[in-house]
Amino acid sequence: MIHGVALMQHSSERPKWWWWVFVAALAAFFITMPFHLEIFVILEMSRFFGMAMLALSMGFLWGFSGILSFGQTAFFGLGGYGFTVLALNTGETTGSVFFAVALGAAGAGILGYFMIYGRISEIYLSVITLVFTLILEKGIRATSGDQYVIGKVRLNGQNGIPTVPQLDVPWNPSVQLDINWFFWVGAVLMILVYIGLRLILTTPFGRVLVGIRENERRTELLGYDARRYKLAAFMLAGGVAGLGGALYAISIPLAHPEMFSLGRAADVIMWVLVGGKGTLIGPIAGVFAIEHFKGWLGTQGVGQVTLVLGAVLILFVLVFHKGLLPSIGSLPGLWLDRAAIREQLAEFVQHHLTWRSGPPRRRRRQGGRP
Amino acid sequence: MDQVANYLFQIGFSFSIFILISLGLAVIFGMMRVINLAQGEFLMLGAYFCTLCSHAGINLWLSFILSALAVGVFGIIVERFIIRWLYGRIIDTLLATWGLSLLLVGGVTTIFGPQTESVAAPLGNVQVGAFGFPIYGLVMMAIAVALLGAVYAFWRFTRYGLIVRGTMQNPTISAALGVNRSLVYMLTFAFGSALTGLAGAVLAPIVGAYPTLGIVYVAKAFITVITGGHLPLIGTVSASGLFSTIDGIVATISSSVIGEMTVLFVAIILLRLLPLGITGRMTRGV
Repeated sequence: MIHGVALMQHSSERPKWWWWVFVAALAAFFITMPFHLEIFVILEMSRFFGMAMLALSMGFLWGFSGILSFGQTAFFGLGGYGFTVLALNTGETTGSVFFAVALGAAGAGILGYFMIYGRISEIYLSVITLVFTLILEKGIRATSGDQYVIGKVRLNGQNGIPTVPQLDVPWNPSVQLDINWFFWVGAVLMILVYIGLRLILTTPFGRVLVGIRENERRTELLGYDARRYKLAAFMLAGGVAGLGGALYAISIPLAHPEMFSLGRAADVIMWVLVGGKGTLIGPIAGVFAIEHFKGWLGTQGVGQVTLVLGAVLILFVLVFHKGLLPSIGSLPGLWLDRAAIREQLAEFVQHHLTWRSGPPRRRRRQGGRP
Repeated sequence: MDQVANYLFQIGFSFSIFILISLGLAVIFGMMRVINLAQGEFLMLGAYFCTLCSHAGINLWLSFILSALAVGVFGIIVERFIIRWLYGRIIDTLLATWGLSLLLVGGVTTIFGPQTESVAAPLGNVQVGAFGFPIYGLVMMAIAVALLGAVYAFWRFTRYGLIVRGTMQNPTISAALGVNRSLVYMLTFAFGSALTGLAGAVLAPIVGAYPTLGIVYVAKAFITVITGGHLPLIGTVSASGLFSTIDGIVATISSSVIGEMTVLFVAIILLRLLPLGITGRMTRGV
């Protein structure tokens, strides 16, 4: 937990030795899982790796480049559909996984070019990305007729494509991976993406991104073209989301319009917000926590899971808007600093508990732009 | 001639839908810089309230007004409990209203179930050559235009409208002049919510009421408001006019989904050219 805070504060430093120990422990934890857990738990958990990539793509964009894209699910869905359609047409999966990554990145590149080079404000960007994924969902849902065929694959509209092939061995496409091997591939890919994104933050590229998050105009005055860096980050995240989409489609196995939906987009927000934005391990933890919580809610007979999720989201925004891991992580420090506690309490009381504390505060964020 | 009438009807009908679903959002966004992601669910609440009223035997036109009032009151509750804490934190407002949207969809599904509650559309058809047009569609166009006129008059000629426009331009000065900003924000949010509730009620006879009603329309509403820019009325009218023309023509030729996708692509390209929306360069007007 303290780890999350350390990452957030020193994202540009090279990871310390204990970080590598932590990653190795995490990898060992996942790799030993199939030996002592039952098969249905492994199947259930395999789904989480694709989701974790989606969460990582959002966490990277939001936490480190300050781009809040509500539509990462668009690239997730594109990756899932791209993988399925190509793999069914060619009969092998390794190239199709790369195609899914490329498709996610290309989709992000096209949409991102118009938004980022148009310099639309951050809130417009959030809403446009959301609208983009909603309309893609509608488009895919409308492809139920016989005329919507790519190669020899019917898109099937509402029902999705149920015949997603399992991953096969790259040098021998006739051998398919079994459940345990797919679990290992998913876990290793997730950890590799995590390490990769973490190391990117230590490069000059990553430092410029964090600089843009902190102050875009100042970074531009230092001579960096912020648009290029933001577009590159957006495409990188699109590619990661595309990879996640391919893994997710294989794990269910179904390529479904649900992957683009508003509900899925809300899940991504929940994962990152609950796990903690500004960290990379937070979003992964968020996926595992929230998805387990949802599964548990489903068995408790609560009825509508979205009802509870909505309440949790409101609670998080109003109370812990830094995310759970950073909020818990900052507790020990707070305990040592009593003055800070008093200050925070006073601030909390003033902002949340007084009925009419004068007019609401308004801050103009980017001068002139709505 | 018949074909022309058909296109005109489609465009007008599409225009009235664009205006109805985005006017409330535009009022709230233009005034308060708050994007309410639960906008679609306010629409859905309006539709449900209208069906409940008319099932209870209340006259349909009266239930429109009751729905507007009910959703307006609901808007006050939301503003007091959630939005008020988040002024100036745009992104947090988006997230909180998104949570509210999930909460409302889940809550309504729990109470009413996922099926569609319907109200019979009143009035019949009018025949023009080979095409029959529902009179209710014409009524919707009239309602949309009347609402635009009412909002304009309210904004331009009443004392409350003056205070709202003043607060929009400079919150600090208007507070210094003795305006209770908190109250102005609350009432404006309620006003926008009531407009949305009315829109939902007006849509109820043609689409019915079901929990995910909002999601169907919310994308269109956001595109319209963002493309419109910072002046709520002129922006909404111009963006709706442009999009409904495209949507009406493309949807008549192919399908409504293709129409909606075309609108999205036009909007994205338009935002590359006019990042602040159609009214981005205008300084006067409402």
